[in-house]
Amino acid sequence: MLTRRKLIQAAGGATVAGALGGFDLTALAQEPLRIGFVYVSPVGEAGWTFQHDLGRKEMETTLGAKVQTKFIESVSEGADAERVFRELATSGNKLIFGTSFGYMNYMEKVARQFPNIIFEHATGYKTAKNLGVYNARFYEGRYMCGVIAGRMTKSNILGYVAAFPIPEVLQGINAFTRGARSVNPKAEVRVVWVNSWFDPGKEREAANTLMSQKADIVTHHTDSTAVVQAAEARGAYAFGYHSDMSRFGPKAHLSASTHVWGAYYTKTVNEVLAGTWKSSNVWGGVRDGFIRLAPINPVVPASVREEVAKVEAGLKAGTFHPFAGPVKSQDGKDTVPSGRNMSDDELGKMDYYVEGVASQLPKK
Amino acid sequence: MEQSLFTSIVMATILAGTPLVIAALGELVVERSGVLNLGTEGIMSVGAIAAFAVALHSGSAWTGVLAGMAAGIAMAMIFGILTLTLLANQVASGLALTIFGMGLSAFIGKPYESRTLPEIPSLQIPGLSDLPFFGPVLFGQKSLVYLSWLLLAAVVWFLYRSRPGLVLRAVGESPTSAHSTGYHVIRIRYLATLFGGAMAGVGGAFLSVFYTPLWVEGMVAGRGWIALALVVFATWRPLRVLAGAYLFGGVMIMQLFLQGSGAQIDIPSQFLSSLPYWATIIVLVLISRNAAKIRLHSPASLGQPYRPDA
Repeated sequence: MLTRRKLIQAAGGATVAGALGGFDLTALAQEPLRIGFVYVSPVGEAGWTFQHDLGRKEMETTLGAKVQTKFIESVSEGADAERVFRELATSGNKLIFGTSFGYMNYMEKVARQFPNIIFEHATGYKTAKNLGVYNARFYEGRYMCGVIAGRMTKSNILGYVAAFPIPEVLQGINAFTRGARSVNPKAEVRVVWVNSWFDPGKEREAANTLMSQKADIVTHHTDSTAVVQAAEARGAYAFGYHSDMSRFGPKAHLSASTHVWGAYYTKTVNEVLAGTWKSSNVWGGVRDGFIRLAPINPVVPASVREEVAKVEAGLKAGTFHPFAGPVKSQDGKDTVPSGRNMSDDELGKMDYYVEGVASQLPKK
Repeated sequence: MEQSLFTSIVMATILAGTPLVIAALGELVVERSGVLNLGTEGIMSVGAIAAFAVALHSGSAWTGVLAGMAAGIAMAMIFGILTLTLLANQVASGLALTIFGMGLSAFIGKPYESRTLPEIPSLQIPGLSDLPFFGPVLFGQKSLVYLSWLLLAAVVWFLYRSRPGLVLRAVGESPTSAHSTGYHVIRIRYLATLFGGAMAGVGGAFLSVFYTPLWVEGMVAGRGWIALALVVFATWRPLRVLAGAYLFGGVMIMQLFLQGSGAQIDIPSQFLSSLPYWATIIVLVLISRNAAKIRLHSPASLGQPYRPDA
């Protein structure tokens, strides 16, 4: 039973703790940090959101009782997102991750209204005192896949099914092309834009289209596994994206550029727990453990694996950059002179194809 | 056998057009009876997930298609009760059915998200499928494609050559006269609506079981709406539905092929992607210019509730 005496004691304790540093430290140690995740699509079994959820689970396993996580999936990038973020903020979550670009303005708005809650936004660029952003150098994985593709293709035509011509997608196409041509200067990449992140029927048709026009390896920057399946059905090769998609095409799947968020989530939560978190803009690659190549298909010869391992080692050591100069654009212009690497700023503004892409870029 | 480029384009076109043919033929029959069901997109979504789930568990694609059909009938039944028995507004109910169907399919589909089914090989008709060009196009398709052609023949025969078809058209033109001649307007409209639901369900099943074959939320991706537009595009005539669906599929496939060819063309891909919709709009405008034609072909009582005792 709660007696008056205990109540007074409790109140006294709280006052002391409050005087110490504004936080009730004992309560903080006992009560788990509540963390909310907002996903743009269902978790499913592969893909963008699936990888984020793997990261969430890894963080939860590592930190155990110190955290209590919750996720809300299929939150569309609109006014709905703002409602969801506000709801998470008012229901006791102290740290909220949003994992889609289109949440940016809503997260910024809600972050302003809840200055005591920490927000972390994947792939955005707007930051605030309590809003940090993080992203991965997806193009590094693409370059490694490109090296494998350049060695494995017989027709020298590589197919790429892409969603929208934004810098992130162009970085992937260009890195893949440069990777392929670093080992096979005859290789060319053909791109088909489906103008949708999510239309498996069209993604599959696009892949079939490329394969019937002699592409013997296809990859995609869209959200489903349709392209890998299409390659499996036709006996061609494919690369997965976001996740290891080998289950969807065991024979076709050469490898995949996968995203790994677990270490970052664990680190961020630890910082929040320790009170050392500061808003920052993180763009991590192979070096930081954000990007990893999925297991390489046994059909890929050992010599090619060694080449890929060399690239990977260079990325890890920071001695190699997929866009190390000279970088030539499709029309022969030097966009980066030899002797320096493309800067992050230049990467973020990429709006052209590099030499080796055979298709025409959609005009703005 | 290595197919020529042209053959692959035609094959892909037919494949892309098939779910549209099936769903649009269903909707055509519904609209010919005077009912406007805008819920096709929702029904297709529910049909797709029902078919996928059942096909995955039973291991049989055809059981899956039957499940998609049953789910489509169930969805159409909801629409029928709302609009035919309770006389709710058809446009509003149809839109609500679409929103409901998309939500419901996402809900049922949660455990199946991004799972896949084994590929279903094309049904080669022995002897004939080896003919050049016509072989693969006419005799080397997925089994559901043949079914869509049979369905077309059945709908044409039913509407123009059978007595029940005549009655159905009469109900769509003038429910009052049909009623006074002794036909049960509401019952006929129910049957038409359920048939439309069944076909939209099969259209969805084709997408998730034969075409992709996988389930992801939102995979119908607007094909239900295109099917609805096709019915108007075809001025409520079945053969034109087939032509329209293939035209639509063809434009989509052609633009993918153009992009994939690596040819230097100065057309934005966004424009190419929107070409099928442009084609639909242009044809609609051309048809609508002729008011008499529209009046002649559209079912006169389309979208109007019928109260037998009034």
